[in-house]
Amino acid sequence: MPVTNEGFEPVIVAFCCNWCSYAGADLAGINRMSYSSNVRIIRVPCSSRVNPSFIIRAFQRGADGVLVTGCHPGDCHYHSGNFFTRRRLSVLKQLMEYLGIEPQRFQVRWISGSEGAKFAMVMNSVAEEIRRLGPNRKLRDVR
Amino acid sequence: MKRIGVFICWCGSNIAGTLEIDKMVAAAKTMSGVVYVDQNKYTCSEIGQAMIRDAIKEYSLNRVVIAACSPRMHENTFRKTVVSAGLNPYYLEIANIREQCSWVHKDREAGTAKAISLIRTAVAKAAMNEALFAVEMPIIRRALVIGGGIAGIQAALDIADTGFEVDLVEREPSIGGRMAQLDKTFPTLDCSACILTPKMVDVAQHEKIKLYTYAEVEKVEGYLGNFTVTIRQKARSVDLQKCTGCGECLAKCPSKVASEFEEGLVQRRAIYTPFPQAVPNKPAIDRAHCRYFTSGKCKVCQKVCPAEAIDYAMEDLLLTNGYGAIVVATGFDIHKLNDYGEYAYGKHPDVLTSLEFERLLNASGPTGGKILRPSDGKAPETVAFIQCVGSRDKAKGNPYCAKVCCMYTAKHAILLSEKVPGSKAYVFYIDVRTAGKDYEEFYNRAYEECNAGYIKGNVSKVFPDGDKLLVRSVDVLSGALLELRVDMVVLAASVDARADAKELAKKLAITVNEHKFFTEAHPKLRPVDTQTAGIFLAGMCQGPKDIPETVAQASAAAVKVAAIFSKQSLLSNPIVAEIDQRLCSGDMSCMTVCPFNAISEQVVEERRGRETVSRKIAKVNAALCQGCGSCTVACRPGAINLKGFTDQQILAEVDAICL
Repeated sequence: MPVTNEGFEPVIVAFCCNWCSYAGADLAGINRMSYSSNVRIIRVPCSSRVNPSFIIRAFQRGADGVLVTGCHPGDCHYHSGNFFTRRRLSVLKQLMEYLGIEPQRFQVRWISGSEGAKFAMVMNSVAEEIRRLGPNRKLRDVR
Repeated sequence: MKRIGVFICWCGSNIAGTLEIDKMVAAAKTMSGVVYVDQNKYTCSEIGQAMIRDAIKEYSLNRVVIAACSPRMHENTFRKTVVSAGLNPYYLEIANIREQCSWVHKDREAGTAKAISLIRTAVAKAAMNEALFAVEMPIIRRALVIGGGIAGIQAALDIADTGFEVDLVEREPSIGGRMAQLDKTFPTLDCSACILTPKMVDVAQHEKIKLYTYAEVEKVEGYLGNFTVTIRQKARSVDLQKCTGCGECLAKCPSKVASEFEEGLVQRRAIYTPFPQAVPNKPAIDRAHCRYFTSGKCKVCQKVCPAEAIDYAMEDLLLTNGYGAIVVATGFDIHKLNDYGEYAYGKHPDVLTSLEFERLLNASGPTGGKILRPSDGKAPETVAFIQCVGSRDKAKGNPYCAKVCCMYTAKHAILLSEKVPGSKAYVFYIDVRTAGKDYEEFYNRAYEECNAGYIKGNVSKVFPDGDKLLVRSVDVLSGALLELRVDMVVLAASVDARADAKELAKKLAITVNEHKFFTEAHPKLRPVDTQTAGIFLAGMCQGPKDIPETVAQASAAAVKVAAIFSKQSLLSNPIVAEIDQRLCSGDMSCMTVCPFNAISEQVVEERRGRETVSRKIAKVNAALCQGCGSCTVACRPGAINLKGFTDQQILAEVDAICL
């Protein structure tokens, strides 16, 4: 009998940069724009602080999806930090695909501090995609 | 031993109304390292903070987790609270269970589960938190103002009046900038020179202001409180100490070139003072056009100079000074009208830009203040003013509004009616924008009292018709096609950022927008700050604005500078990158990604057995580092960490959040 994903609630880790996306998440809160509670946020100063190893670690520890969000390219609080994010993580994304991880499980999105609605929308759509994919089985540690 | 205290805030009903506090308290009690858990209706209140202080003392807590609103809200408040109880401020961690939990999740059970997860994550991070210390950095209490227009003049005067030293650097031989070119100012019709020149003289005479004219900023290094700036003092070829400003040389110089100040309407000499009220009122030699410098013969100015002030051997000087803060006030360029061939600008002498028309109005201008056609020297009876030339034009100009054109065109219409009785102004506009105190009234005066005809419509073509100009347009309001024969056409050319704004931005490590205007740190709440601490903006270099706005912004920038200088030293941000010397391989990948040039090479000596070897490693300048952490990822050997957001802390968070 095939495995079903019924009743599955994913764990999604979102690394949010302090200046744009984390502020965008706060704005979603201030405007009471509800979104999926599967998303849990880790605050980092800049999306370029996110080491690919953090993302892999999250998958190993059982995250079903990982999201890195930053300021829009060109609007980085640190001028050019998110340009590095974009390059580094597109390399990681290709590697993940090569490993057979569905591309939707790991996403990089640009959300500004004024885009509360976009934050909520992105979180919902990502949560929905990952719910459909089912649990991350490939990278999860056996515990 | 980590002794962590967790304090869960109700925030009235903001959190307690949606999440189950008791469940969270019970869960927190089981978390590793947690020795004390409490809850409070309003943790940020005086009572709530006292509760934290008391618990820290009573239970010997050495790490504190507060589950409440966003750290962007109250992180500083609570840092002060833990400091007052004797802890390092960075021992505090906040779990954001309001903005990012109770306000966005309606399901009580799922929300509470997430809140517990967020608290667990904060506890895991707090357990790894180290004490961080801000370093005191001395401030050089001298400011640099770049640009000597009205913005730079105002900023320099305001800073100097607070008692701090200011250096003002101006690229041209005189300060004054664009405002010096204007005749009258709207909406009061004050004479521009009459209100500007006293300020220019004040700058020259102020004991706290040092003026560098004919000078440019070459290089900027350093950071807030401690910038090192190299200024290129261009060779003026005239010794300012000896020159008396008598003007003998100006009359005798044989080389002529279009005058920048007069917008090319007349010629100046190669040795020149830009305008009669120049400060300093002493000439400079424009070497590109000087006969001596281009052909090796002449020296007429040297022969006629009674003060022996002419020095052809003078060379550019590079001066290096230290500054604590910088105000950028470099102004704007007039939009080039190359793409507007349909208006015959440059082809017909009676088609002028508004700034050229301004010079015709000015008593010290080429016509002595009489409005005369450049073609035949007659006073024009009808003048067509075309608005938005290069503004609000996505197709081939600037998409933005230049902001000042509607008002100065109303002014031109009023002045035309005063100077040429019986004349008629026709203004072709898209919209008339007059937001500003007394501006609408001023515009009303142009058409009610001064008989200006306002026509809503874009002009499609201007072409010569006998000794007149034919203006073809459409009156949008009636739908009629329109052809007007006029004596003169004035184009309200848009304003651009300075052509070299990008280069200056690069030197200063500040940013420009897509139109090359310098970007402010926040469009609403930090309009004079840049993203680089210690560098401020004033005037048009940040975006189109009129004189009152420019002056207000310059004064605001001056206050920002004075606020920095009000202290002897600054406290640095302790969240900076840190290098483990032992692990650094010296491959310097970190240096290439640092947006702030905060990483440099250093050579260290190390003992290897009996030998002492020296090798290259990276060094972080903590004062320059802004704490983005980009370098930590670039570092292959894992030698760099970001204090406050170390790899270990973030991995601990990842582990806890995935549980």
